[in-house]
Amino acid sequence: MILRIGSSWPRLPAVVLTVAFGVPSPQAADASKATGQQLAHDVYKGNCLACHQIPGDPSAVSLADIGPPLVNMRKRFPDRAALRGQVWDPMARNPQTVMPPFGKHKVLTEEEIDLIVDYIYQY
Amino acid sequence: MKLTSPNLIAWPGVGCMQDLARKALSCPRLQASIGSRTTTSLSSFVVLRLMLAVAVLCPALGLAGPADDRVQLVHFFEKRFPGVPLEDYVYGALIASPGGRHQYEQIMEFPPFLGDLEKGKQIWETPFHNGATFANCFAMGGRNVVGTYPYFDNASGKVVTFENAVNACLRTNGEAEFAYGDREPMGVLTAYARTLSDGMRINIRVDSPGAVAKYEAGKQLFFRRIGQLNAACAGCHLHNAGKIMRMEIISPALGQATHWPIFRGGEELMTLQGRFKRCMEQMRAVPYGFDSEEWNNLEYFLTYLSNGLPLKSAVFRK
Repeated sequence: MILRIGSSWPRLPAVVLTVAFGVPSPQAADASKATGQQLAHDVYKGNCLACHQIPGDPSAVSLADIGPPLVNMRKRFPDRAALRGQVWDPMARNPQTVMPPFGKHKVLTEEEIDLIVDYIYQY
Repeated sequence: MKLTSPNLIAWPGVGCMQDLARKALSCPRLQASIGSRTTTSLSSFVVLRLMLAVAVLCPALGLAGPADDRVQLVHFFEKRFPGVPLEDYVYGALIASPGGRHQYEQIMEFPPFLGDLEKGKQIWETPFHNGATFANCFAMGGRNVVGTYPYFDNASGKVVTFENAVNACLRTNGEAEFAYGDREPMGVLTAYARTLSDGMRINIRVDSPGAVAKYEAGKQLFFRRIGQLNAACAGCHLHNAGKIMRMEIISPALGQATHWPIFRGGEELMTLQGRFKRCMEQMRAVPYGFDSEEWNNLEYFLTYLSNGLPLKSAVFRK
């Protein structure tokens, strides 16, 4: 699909293009590229459900109560960058945290972190 | 020892005798006697000031040590799990799951790993080439001894684990030593040998400067963040004990060292150091290795924390 929007084309952020193409569906995801939900649930990637519950996602099966449930994310993190920072290096906000530094220790790539943040930011 | 490095998780609680001093201060009778300043109350006033001074100076005086650590740990868990008897901590994560505990008791009536214990018994009782047996190497024929391991050996300056003692026995009797970490023969042998000490109160001594140094080294490792996942043992087994990780309850550090080996699913034999290995791998850290100084010191520290609790040999875990 070609977007003809004149001179603003090169400056459009990637997320707008994604929205224009349609919201990614977990079931219909491209096999070579995991979705934020898949990455969050994957025990070798985000493994978020090891410590968090995500009550808003019925497929998120977890009894974990080590971290707070991922709800009201936009209210708790009005600045998306703050949420991203929390995933990237949680020790910055809490030196006593048990949450791994997913970005700082390269557990996840920067792109994977963005996908996961987008996923949880909707709850 | 102050745990202030950013790489170390903090020790819970107030520290030293400050907690006790504060509790003493809140005692109404003591407050009344301080207020009236009679002859008898003056001495109690002096005692109280002395206690406070000591409490403040405690770390510098080196009075905060293993005994104090253990008392703090017990207080910490008493608050975390109110009403759980101290003896129950040998059941690990099961203290937070009455249903799990019930299932465990049922399985332990007829445990599925008796065959492995029988193998261990064969090894324990089979004489060496010189006619001696393992029983000859240990006091009381090996009955009620395991609760004193690990101990600090002043001569060698090292912590000696029960597996070390098994190999020392083999060595002095001209036999080949067993590999540490192997399921057979070391795993099944120690699984059986520990049944001879079942119920014995853990009694680890840390009573020399050398011993304290090893204890503190083990404690450091317990509180140190390791691996790609940046986790410290204390993060989970102290601060989040009783909480649920995915579907499993995290076990508390108190009582943790009492109940080994475990038989996962009734079949997979896992010793305490085997669990260190699994945990370090799960935190994406390179494991130190069986019989490493780091793990022996950690085992020394952990077992000391369980002093007074009954040893539970060879238990089932799911």
